[in-house]
Amino acid sequence: MIRYFQKALADIRSNRFLNLITMVTISLSILMVSLCLLFFENLDRIMDGWNQEGRAMVYLVPEFSTQMRPELASAITHMDGVVQVTFVSKDQALARLKNQMAGSTRFLDTLEKNPLPHAFEIQIQTREGFESVAAVVRQIESLDLVESVEYNQKWLARMLDLFQLFRLIGYVVCALFLLIAFFITASTVRLVFHSRQSEVEIMRLVGATDRFIKMPFYVTGLIQGAVGGILGLMILFAAYLAACSGISQSMGNLFHLDVRFLSVTAMGGVWVVSTFLGWFGCYLSLRQLLK
Amino acid sequence: MNLDTGKNAIIRLFNVTKHYGGKPALHNVSLDIEPGEFVFISGPSGAGKSTLLKVLYLAETVSDGQILIDGMNLSRISPARLPFLRRRFGMVFQDFKLIPTLTVFDNVALALEVAGKNPSFIRKKVRHVLRITGMEKKAHMLPPTLSGGEQQRVAVARAVAGDPDIILADEPTGSLDQVSARRVLEILLAYHKKGGTILVASHHLQQLQTVVTGRSIVLEKGRLISATRLEPYAT
Repeated sequence: MIRYFQKALADIRSNRFLNLITMVTISLSILMVSLCLLFFENLDRIMDGWNQEGRAMVYLVPEFSTQMRPELASAITHMDGVVQVTFVSKDQALARLKNQMAGSTRFLDTLEKNPLPHAFEIQIQTREGFESVAAVVRQIESLDLVESVEYNQKWLARMLDLFQLFRLIGYVVCALFLLIAFFITASTVRLVFHSRQSEVEIMRLVGATDRFIKMPFYVTGLIQGAVGGILGLMILFAAYLAACSGISQSMGNLFHLDVRFLSVTAMGGVWVVSTFLGWFGCYLSLRQLLK
Repeated sequence: MNLDTGKNAIIRLFNVTKHYGGKPALHNVSLDIEPGEFVFISGPSGAGKSTLLKVLYLAETVSDGQILIDGMNLSRISPARLPFLRRRFGMVFQDFKLIPTLTVFDNVALALEVAGKNPSFIRKKVRHVLRITGMEKKAHMLPPTLSGGEQQRVAVARAVAGDPDIILADEPTGSLDQVSARRVLEILLAYHKKGGTILVASHHLQQLQTVVTGRSIVLEKGRLISATRLEPYAT
């Protein structure tokens, strides 16, 4: 095996340019793939965070009076999945609105009557998914004193559907980039093989088996894939660091975006896929060339 | 012509015919070669000398007839077994067939590496054959930096390194000056004296005949037209 490894390194040295092109191509493909992964990993985490909040506003009918509050609050609190129930009176709601619309509240002062309803702000357990949340919401909506329920997470569900579509597109893009890397590797092997045709013939004449001839190519493919994978991840990490500092400088005050780099498992996976790709390109090319 | 020299023959050809696009390169050649024989194959260009060697190491397959190597029928050899057959041969070519990117040492070592020998054995053996071929001091040089005679000595060193049963040499001295040719022949002769079987295809039969006892086979237009015993007439 050491001999094959040494031979592969010698081959890489003697075909520097071709091997460099292959490694760069693999690294760019891996960069795109890992960029997609980075996006999806962070998106999943951010969506999870949003999802866990699970808030809903329960607006009450105009006939509701504060005497009815304990009974209704208890009914809602005892429902499965309801974590917290907070009463928001119509006066509190108006105060909140004024607070949120700071500077543009003059028209609110002209109101003769507070138009806002009494409400309950509730927090719902979302671990079991949107369906269970929707069931709780439906249950609350069916109560007599409830006018309507505004469930803020509905938009999140719609966004998740949209992100599933993005994810699908992402997978297709990843597959395309991996395919490109595969074809480049396979083509490089073909070129190197053709440039060493006479050497291979001599090896065969002295009794080399196909395995003996193929092994250095396989090891070369593995090295190309492994190095290409590491390069791709390194480029992504550098870009991530640069982007993070850019985001924190320009938008740090506006949003709190906790963008994290790929997990160790994801990086390991990307590296293994890249290494496998290098080998597989060699394998298929040689299978055809050494028929 | 059938030279049936006995059933212990290491190489047996039965009515071997080889066509290249309808043109016969070998026609109905039958021949037995005993272990330890030195066989000269001569004849004009296009007589089929190289083709005869090629069908022996299966660089070409025969169009008709049978070849047995030590009782093994070549027509029944699977592609997977072919490398093992070839390790029984040491081959020397007029154009040397050395790998230009490998050093002299590595070119010779290749014959042992393909056979899976261990590195320490390879080092020892390669040094030994380079010493007997007089190429020890040039072990780390690349073939293109050597003269033709030196390259051919490296090729012969590679051929004998694996202690093959048979050496097939196709015009081994064809492109060499007299001194270099003589050195190459001496190495082949030393191998022959140790009991090795050698087949040499050459135009320069006289040069070869001066040093060794053997058998001369003459081919013409793919046919075996004569086979005679030779004694060295000069030493």
